[in-house]
Amino acid sequence: MSTVVFEVFRRERAGAPMQHAGSIVAPDARFAEVYAREQYGRRGESTALWLVPREAVDEIEDFVDEFDLKYRRVDGYSIKERLKEARERAGAAAPRAG
Amino acid sequence: MDARTEEFLAHVQSGGLVEAGDWMPDEYRKRLTKFVEMHANSELMGVLPERDWILRAPTLQRKLALTAKIQDEAGHAQLLYRIVEDLGKPREACLDDLIAGKSKFHNVFHYPTKSWGDVGVIAWLVDAAAIISQKALLKCSYAPYARIMRKICWEESFHILHGRDVVLTLVTGTDGQRELVQEALDRWWEPLMMFHGNPIPADDDPMVQWRIKSQPNEEARQQFLEGYVPQVWELGLTLPDPKLARADDGTWTYTEPDWEKLMAVVSGNGPASAERIAFRRLSRAEIDWVSRTVLAEAA
Repeated sequence: MSTVVFEVFRRERAGAPMQHAGSIVAPDARFAEVYAREQYGRRGESTALWLVPREAVDEIEDFVDEFDLKYRRVDGYSIKERLKEARERAGAAAPRAG
Repeated sequence: MDARTEEFLAHVQSGGLVEAGDWMPDEYRKRLTKFVEMHANSELMGVLPERDWILRAPTLQRKLALTAKIQDEAGHAQLLYRIVEDLGKPREACLDDLIAGKSKFHNVFHYPTKSWGDVGVIAWLVDAAAIISQKALLKCSYAPYARIMRKICWEESFHILHGRDVVLTLVTGTDGQRELVQEALDRWWEPLMMFHGNPIPADDDPMVQWRIKSQPNEEARQQFLEGYVPQVWELGLTLPDPKLARADDGTWTYTEPDWEKLMAVVSGNGPASAERIAFRRLSRAEIDWVSRTVLAEAA
């Protein structure tokens, strides 16, 4: 039996991103549309659907982390210590106006 | 156990997830496939007890709600067979095995329905028992199944309300209507008590070890009793187990179900098993021309 697996993406409401919702099998795109409307649309739960044959999806899964990327992260900066030192130097223990 | 399998086991036991394309031990794949297949079969077979009542529903609203519920169950079977396919077993092979009696489906779908009272009790309490298991499956280590369970749980939310509404309508109706519910409860209590399976300690249950199931059977049953027995009793209805009681520590005691009977039922020896499987065999033969035509036209 020649059927194609289609990945289904759906948008839940206006402004929301397209999200992967599952997959369906169908012999071709026309049937895929009918089945997708049934499974992912008959309850009024989606404002839009994308159907993509699985073989058309390029998957990237290997990410190599060669460096310590802490400078790209919020937890990679130790502000508290330096701020304390800077305030002491400015001659005040607490922030003041002006 | 080889090193790769041990690593996989440690991964799932610490909350790690598995996707469709990932390597998985043969045992994990086999158990998972069988489990999801049984779930898919149950959704498909679960249509049949309720389908009988579409033409006999007492009002148009009930007919529409019942039809919508059945439509959802059939859709869930489709979604779940899709997951089984991605694990390596084609849908046609699943249907072959179901019809040949080689695969299983939940005990509750091996029983006949006798009245509209059954329709209410099934949609309320059978669905309630199922929802407890399904919520636990949201934590399944196999991510595609956990994700589809979110969709299924959301879609099932009206099913139980429909069931409860039917029951409440009957118990606030005539004496005859009330009697329909009580009589149905008397018959359905035994299969309901068996639904979550015989108690297996978590450490002895491979399904829990692989984190396919996150809730041992007895815990699910206790959750069911704690949630729903009070709801039954507050309507003035009785349950046919004199030992059913809540202890001070919150656990429920009950008459131990006959676990061998459960095994016999799910192996195809329930009161309606043969009839239901025969129906599936017949309908598959009858619609064969549709799939052949569709595939020929699409080619």
